[in-house]
Amino acid sequence: MTEITPELVRHLAGLARIEVTEAEVAQFASQLALIVDSVATVKAVASQDIVATSHPIPMANVFREDVVTASLTQEQALSGAADSDSGRFKVSAILDED
Amino acid sequence: MVQKDDGLRSRAEGELMAKDQLMDYQKALEAYEVVIGLEVHVELNTNTKMFCGCANVFGDEPNTNVCPNCLGFPGAMPAVNGKAIENSIKIGLALDCQIAATGRFARKNYFYPDLAKNFQTSQYDEPIAFEGKIDIEVPSGKVFTVEIERAHMEEDAGKLTHVGGSTGRIQGAEYSLVDFNRAGVPLVEIVTKPIYGAGDEAPELAAAYVRSIREIVKNLGVSDARMERGNVRCDANVSIRPKGEAKLGTRTETKNVNSLRSIERAVKYEIQRQAHLLSQGVAIIQETRHWHEDRGATSSGRPKSDADDYRYFPEPDLVPIKPSKEWIEQIRATLPEKPAVRRKRLMELWGFSELEFRDVVNSDLLDEIDETVKAGAKPQAARKWWTGELARIANSENKDINELAITPLQVAQIAELVESGKLTDRLAREVLTGVLAGEGDPAAIIAARGLEVVSDDGALLAAIDKVLAEQPDVLEKIREGKLQAAGAVIGAVMKAMSGSADAARVRELVIQRATEG
Repeated sequence: MTEITPELVRHLAGLARIEVTEAEVAQFASQLALIVDSVATVKAVASQDIVATSHPIPMANVFREDVVTASLTQEQALSGAADSDSGRFKVSAILDED
Repeated sequence: MVQKDDGLRSRAEGELMAKDQLMDYQKALEAYEVVIGLEVHVELNTNTKMFCGCANVFGDEPNTNVCPNCLGFPGAMPAVNGKAIENSIKIGLALDCQIAATGRFARKNYFYPDLAKNFQTSQYDEPIAFEGKIDIEVPSGKVFTVEIERAHMEEDAGKLTHVGGSTGRIQGAEYSLVDFNRAGVPLVEIVTKPIYGAGDEAPELAAAYVRSIREIVKNLGVSDARMERGNVRCDANVSIRPKGEAKLGTRTETKNVNSLRSIERAVKYEIQRQAHLLSQGVAIIQETRHWHEDRGATSSGRPKSDADDYRYFPEPDLVPIKPSKEWIEQIRATLPEKPAVRRKRLMELWGFSELEFRDVVNSDLLDEIDETVKAGAKPQAARKWWTGELARIANSENKDINELAITPLQVAQIAELVESGKLTDRLAREVLTGVLAGEGDPAAIIAARGLEVVSDDGALLAAIDKVLAEQPDVLEKIREGKLQAAGAVIGAVMKAMSGSADAARVRELVIQRATEG
C-alpha cells in the first residue's frame, strides 16, 4: 500500500485551503492511500502501446467563432456575491499571499 | 502564472524593508557571470475571451464582461476561441518555433480571489509552440540569438484593487475589490531558455528582447501591445555565478516590470544586489521579487517552493488541439516580414545612416516614422520631427512618445507644409502644439490661428524695402558678392513679419532687389 504521510495530508490540505484536525489527518491518510492504490491498478492493465488520454472521446480542434455573446449585467454578476462595492466583488484583505 | 496587482503589499514591504546594498556594476561584472531568462505575457486582442464569448475590452465598467465561465460558476463549460489559437500559432511561427502536433490545456490550481475558478486554464507539458529563436540587437549594435523554450496559451486573471489602510501598509488594508472583466482574456506566455554571455549588456538585451516581442506581436496584429495597459508584461529571471563556475547560481524572478526602462533597471539592480550578497558569503534565496519603479529597487515577495505546487492536470472539459500541417502553412503564409528583415529594408529605403537608424530603433519610433513616411512625409523630415521636437515634448511632459496625442498622418501634414514653404519651422512648432492640445488637424489650426506663411510677394517686398531703406549699404555689399550681408535683412524682415514669412523666399527677393538695382 502506498504510504501517505501525515505531513503530505497537511500539505495538501494547506494547498486546498481546508482546515483539518489531527483525527482527520489520520483518516484522510488511509483514504488517500486507498485512492492512489486504486488508480495505480490501471497502470498494471495499461501497456506501452496504449496512449494516455485526457478525454474519453477521441476528438480534437473543437473551436468557437470569435464573436461576442451576451454577458451578465453587473447586477446579475454581483447578485450572488457575499459583499460588493463600486461594482466589484468585495473580499477579505489578502495578507499572506504574493 | 498571471501577475498580481498587489501594489499595496509591495509598497508596504518596501517601507518595512531595509535598503539593499549594491555592488558597483562594473565590479560585479568583473567577478560574476550573468544569466538571465525572460517570461513575457502577451494579451491577445481577439474580440472575445479565451474560453467564452464575453468581450475582450479594456476599460469597461467593472464586471460587465463576465459570464458563468469568468465567474467560476459550477457547471460552466469552456469553449476554445479558434482565433486565439490561430494567433498563438502566428506568434509561435514568428519566433521560429515548432508548432505542437498536439497541444492540450491543463488546470493550474491555486487559490486567489482574482481567479474565481480556483484554477487557471493554462498549458503544461504540451505547449502550442516550442524551441524557437530570435535575433536581438542591443544598442551597441551587437546581435544576440535568444532561444525560445516555449510559447503557451493561458487566460488572464481578474483585477484586484486593495482598499483601506491609511498608513498605506498591508496591515491596514481592510478589503480587496475584484473586477473579473480581465479574467479569461487570452494570453500567450513566451519563455526563453537561459541567456548566457550578455555580460554588461544583459540589462539592455532584456529590454531589447521585450521591445522585439512587442514589435512582433504588434506587426502580427495579434495584440495591442501597449505596455502601459499591461498588454505586454515581463518577468525577469536573473542569476549570477562566479566566473569559471559551471553550476548556475540561484535565480530570482522579478515581477511587475512593465516598461522597457524598468526591465533594464530591474535586471541591473538584481545583478548588483546579488553580487553584493555573494561577495559577503550570503546565499541568494530563490524567490519572487517585486520591482518598484519609484524607488528603482526590487523587494522580496514570497519564496518559490510551496506556492509552485500547482498540481497541474489535463483540463477534462477541453479536447486537444491538433493543428493540421495545412493550417499551419496557411497561417505561415500570412506572416508579415520579420523585424530584422523589415529594419534592413527600411534603413535602405529611407537612406538613414547607421547611427540615425539605431537612434530611431532605440527610441522605439520605427512604426511612427514608417507610418509618417507612408502618409507622405520625406524620411528625414519624419525622423527629425519624431526624434527631435516630439521626443523633446514627450520627455518634458514625462510621457511615452507613443502616448502623445498626434498621429503619423498629422506629423506628415506638418512636414509637408514646411516642405512646400507654407509653414516656417517656428510656425510648424506652433501648429504641432495646437495638434497636441487637441485643437484639430494642422489645416484647421492654421486657419484658426492664422498661422500660414505670408507667400504674398507684395507684402514681403514692402517689408524688405522698408528694411533696405534703413540699411542702404546692404544692397551694395550683395552686388559685390557678399551674399551673407543679406542675412541681416532677412532677419529683420522675419521679425517684422512675426516669423510668418518663408525665409528662403525672403532671401530670393532680397537678392532679386539687389540685381534689379
